[in-house]
Amino acid sequence: MSNLTTSPSDGNAPELHPDAYDVIVIGGGHAGCEAALAAARMGAATLLLTQSIDTIGQMSCNPAIGGIGKSHLVREIDALGGMMARVTDKAGIQFRVLNARKGPAVRATRAQTDRVLYRNAAREVIEAQPDLHLFQQSVTDLEVVNDRITGVVTQMGLRFRARAVVLTTGTFLGGKIHIGLQRQQGGRAGDAPSNALAERLRALPLNVGRLKTGTPPRIDARTVDFSQLGQQPGDEPRPTMSKFSTLADHPRQVPCYITYTNALTHEIIRSGLDRSPLYSGKIEGTGPRYCPSIEDKVVRFADRTEHQIFVEPEGLTASELYPNGISTSLPFDVQMNLVRSIKGFEKAHITRPGYAIEYDYFDPRDLQYSLETKVIAGLYFAGQINGTTGYEEAAAQGLLAGTNAALKIAGKASWCPRRDEAYIGVLIDDLINLGTNEPYRMFTSRAEYRLRLREDNADLRLTKQGYELGLVGADQYDTFTSERQTVDAITAHLKKRHLRPDSDLARTLASATGEKISKDQPATDYLKRPKVDAIALKPLLEGLDLAAAEKAGVDIDGALIQAGVEIKYEGYIKRQDVEIDRVKRHESIRIPERLNYATIEGLSNELREKLQAVKPASLAKAARVPGITPAALSLIMVHAQKFKSPDTQDVTQAAELEEQQHQG
Amino acid sequence: MPTTPTTMQDSDTIVAIATAPGRGGVGVVRLSGPAAIDIACKLTDRAELPARLANYTKFRDGSGNVLDTGLVIAFPGPASFTGEDVVELQGHGSPVMLDALVRAALAAGARMARPGEFSERAYLNGKLDLAQAEAVADLINAASEAAAKAAVRSLQGEFSNLMNGLSETLVRLRVQVEAAIDFPDEDIELLAAPGVSAMLTDLIGQVEAIRARTRSGVRLTEGARLVLFGAPNVGKSSVLNSLCGEARAIVTDIAGTTRDLVREQLLLDGIPVELVDTAGLRATDDAIEAEGVRRAQDAAAGADLILGVYDCTDPATHSYLLERLGRIKTERSVGFPDTSLAPVVIIANKIDLRESPKTKQLESKQALTYSISAKTGQGIPQLTTALVELLTGYIGKSGNIDSNESVDTTTREQTYSARSRHLLALDAAAQGLTDAQHSIAEGVGAELVAEHLRHAQAELGSVCGEITTDALLGEIFSNFCIGK
Repeated sequence: MSNLTTSPSDGNAPELHPDAYDVIVIGGGHAGCEAALAAARMGAATLLLTQSIDTIGQMSCNPAIGGIGKSHLVREIDALGGMMARVTDKAGIQFRVLNARKGPAVRATRAQTDRVLYRNAAREVIEAQPDLHLFQQSVTDLEVVNDRITGVVTQMGLRFRARAVVLTTGTFLGGKIHIGLQRQQGGRAGDAPSNALAERLRALPLNVGRLKTGTPPRIDARTVDFSQLGQQPGDEPRPTMSKFSTLADHPRQVPCYITYTNALTHEIIRSGLDRSPLYSGKIEGTGPRYCPSIEDKVVRFADRTEHQIFVEPEGLTASELYPNGISTSLPFDVQMNLVRSIKGFEKAHITRPGYAIEYDYFDPRDLQYSLETKVIAGLYFAGQINGTTGYEEAAAQGLLAGTNAALKIAGKASWCPRRDEAYIGVLIDDLINLGTNEPYRMFTSRAEYRLRLREDNADLRLTKQGYELGLVGADQYDTFTSERQTVDAITAHLKKRHLRPDSDLARTLASATGEKISKDQPATDYLKRPKVDAIALKPLLEGLDLAAAEKAGVDIDGALIQAGVEIKYEGYIKRQDVEIDRVKRHESIRIPERLNYATIEGLSNELREKLQAVKPASLAKAARVPGITPAALSLIMVHAQKFKSPDTQDVTQAAELEEQQHQG
Repeated sequence: MPTTPTTMQDSDTIVAIATAPGRGGVGVVRLSGPAAIDIACKLTDRAELPARLANYTKFRDGSGNVLDTGLVIAFPGPASFTGEDVVELQGHGSPVMLDALVRAALAAGARMARPGEFSERAYLNGKLDLAQAEAVADLINAASEAAAKAAVRSLQGEFSNLMNGLSETLVRLRVQVEAAIDFPDEDIELLAAPGVSAMLTDLIGQVEAIRARTRSGVRLTEGARLVLFGAPNVGKSSVLNSLCGEARAIVTDIAGTTRDLVREQLLLDGIPVELVDTAGLRATDDAIEAEGVRRAQDAAAGADLILGVYDCTDPATHSYLLERLGRIKTERSVGFPDTSLAPVVIIANKIDLRESPKTKQLESKQALTYSISAKTGQGIPQLTTALVELLTGYIGKSGNIDSNESVDTTTREQTYSARSRHLLALDAAAQGLTDAQHSIAEGVGAELVAEHLRHAQAELGSVCGEITTDALLGEIFSNFCIGK
């Protein structure tokens, strides 16, 4: 760090911290924790800077982890050595398996969590991590020399040197809280926003926007009549979130509850709309379509007579409840009345009012696949700052940003999984290419290769890569290797087995599955029948030597189920392979940024406009522009090639130079 | 994970007819791609094909039936037209045989070539220079227009509307399925909802209906389309009949007899042609006839040549025709704004009735006017020769490429492949829908139903344009109250 200069913005010469760090992570939320842990696991000297060490791993919104699409991300973080799944198991007080009957790819684990237990478990992991230090101070400035980050400055004027900085500021940048027509500044109820940093960032050549999200009023459990509510127990058998946890890691389990809004509730909401910041134009940020406030639901779906509310306990020791489904920014008196109009809540006491929060986010299209900004080398963004919502989305980005920060200072190439490898890949690819104009949340329908991106095979998809990157330790890798070998051995064994009608085996299988074996057939064909469960084929494993696998602690049933899914989905996966192959080829066909779509004859005007706006970097990106056709792709491909032919070399070189600059 | 190919080479093997439709005694089917030689071996029942040597052989389909006999020549890449492995199968020029041969290649693993794809591959593999590349872009463009025309042609302009309607229904269905998967707590119970099964059944019905109508129409191998146009009772149907040689259209002396379109397939000097007779164009209050007039307008938009007929004994029908043609030019068919109007040939009919020198003067002013009598047959051979010349010119001219034989060859694929690609997409979409229905019946996970529907959508998307997941999510959020 010989290039150290004084920050142009200081008045007094700030004090310099004597320790120089490889990676500084700003923010101790879910993105910040995974970023700091990933960088430290890879051996980078890492500092986690946070406003408050006591709120590390705080769950600011609903007390739950996982759910459709999100649990897939959590399992991927787990497969890459991250903490989220393990911490969830330490804090989970109710576990459910969603979509249990809709197939293994969309099956998802969801855990209700105790906020305090979660925070404690997270802090425990952070504090146990070698090469990771904590420091409590708000960051007010970034030090940048020649478009390269060199360090940060804190509120008290303390300067830290760093070779890479990961910003995970959540909703704290320019945070503004709305309750009714009242407004106050804040990053979360009770916490100050990071306004100095927000201003510093707004001065960078990055595109900034405003987003909005909301939270419901919290309710004192002692004032709720539970006999009026429907009870929702956890699922049995109870799943774990992490592959490395056991049921013994779980704390005591409790149920959740369900109640509904009614006509009176809706009437109260309508009468308060004139004092709603959403409907009076006070909020400029865009809220998520999939998580509307209760006032939005009542206005947009006026014919609905009731809306479901999941009543979630905030924790084992807390007496607060989180009524999931009535997020609102209506004035407090309206909140009181609407809550008390709900069955079971007639005498409810609100402990914290619901509110909407607006905050700055930066257009993720200004980022690279590594989540490094295109304009400042060594500066990474992760989490809500990139326009996403959700703990899981934030954590996934944090892990990727921390990994890439560590790779960068080690002089290594950056890494990001592809769309067909991981939901993390889908998330990053969507963000940096398409941007977002509402808080981005993961859904399984965003993944075109959904069938291969399953919760159950996250480790098979990512752990080898994680080990090679230094994210995953030898123990986890060895476990993974034994499992992979067992699955492969079982698959190979099943593929060799044949079933004959009238054999004892055939009768055993038929009685177990209800599916008769009427003719000679390979065991794999029988397994592909929808009603045949892989576990039922366990008798077929006779003769396969699994002693070594058992000794290595491999769950044989789990391996059999995995082999079963792989065999059942073989045909679909092969068909997708062809598609993926084509996408890879199209990815290698770069489209010069200067290509003028207006001059391409044969494209419809609508398509021209869309392409001109998106400026896809490769043919694969162009293939994802809405309304594109194969003929249009052919035209673009030929025009892109024309650009690169020798006769137009000077133009090509200029375009390539431009691209390189963009890539930093 | 499969390994990433580092070259530009495409993994698909493509196939198309490489010769102009119906011309002469030889028809060539061309294959290009990594599996070209394997597929050709299957079709010719050979273990291997020597490079650049013509072999006399039988062509067989997948069941071993002999389709034709002819020559097979393999051009292993990179020393080939496209730079990939290329095989040419040269058989007899019969459209039916070529059709069967292409189908056999498709069944053996080839894929129907996109417009201009052979030339595109040649260009991407460095086989064409920049000037030729410009031509390729023009060619793909021309081919897209040809595809639009083919779509108009295939079903009275309704084909594209039907495909779009199909795609929209499919989106609605997918919204149900995807919403049930991504929002299980929202009480959207997928396959229990009778609506989903009913929508699926309805969709499959729609596809079958479109398919049935296409089958009853022309074969995949179709020719250029000639559309007869003109004022009522100038003898369009008689012209059609005299060119066909049999009475097909209803001919009476009452104006407005031909209310529907009459189509006839014929070979004009070896060129397959579809001749379409339109309703007499006149302002009318008769709803049925008005519909006929509308169809005639649509037919004009999909034509390769327009034959404007007038009665040389009635000058009013001549000015009427010119006025109508002018109007068609400005109105054209909605939905296909890029389709340019085809060349027009004016036919002066009923010269057997001509007496006054005044009308003679009138027709001689028109350079592209041919005088005939449909009734006596006078002038018909001259008209036929002229039409053949025009059509030959049209086919050669499509890509505006005269100097480059290889690119010109590709131009000739269009007539065949533009429309058949649509039909193959429709068939593949139908397969996806049927698979989805089976999945529901078998009670497998909704995720497999969703996967089949995604495939069906992608197939329709190759004709109607892609539907992105974000568009799908938008539909979900506007249809369901999502979010807790």
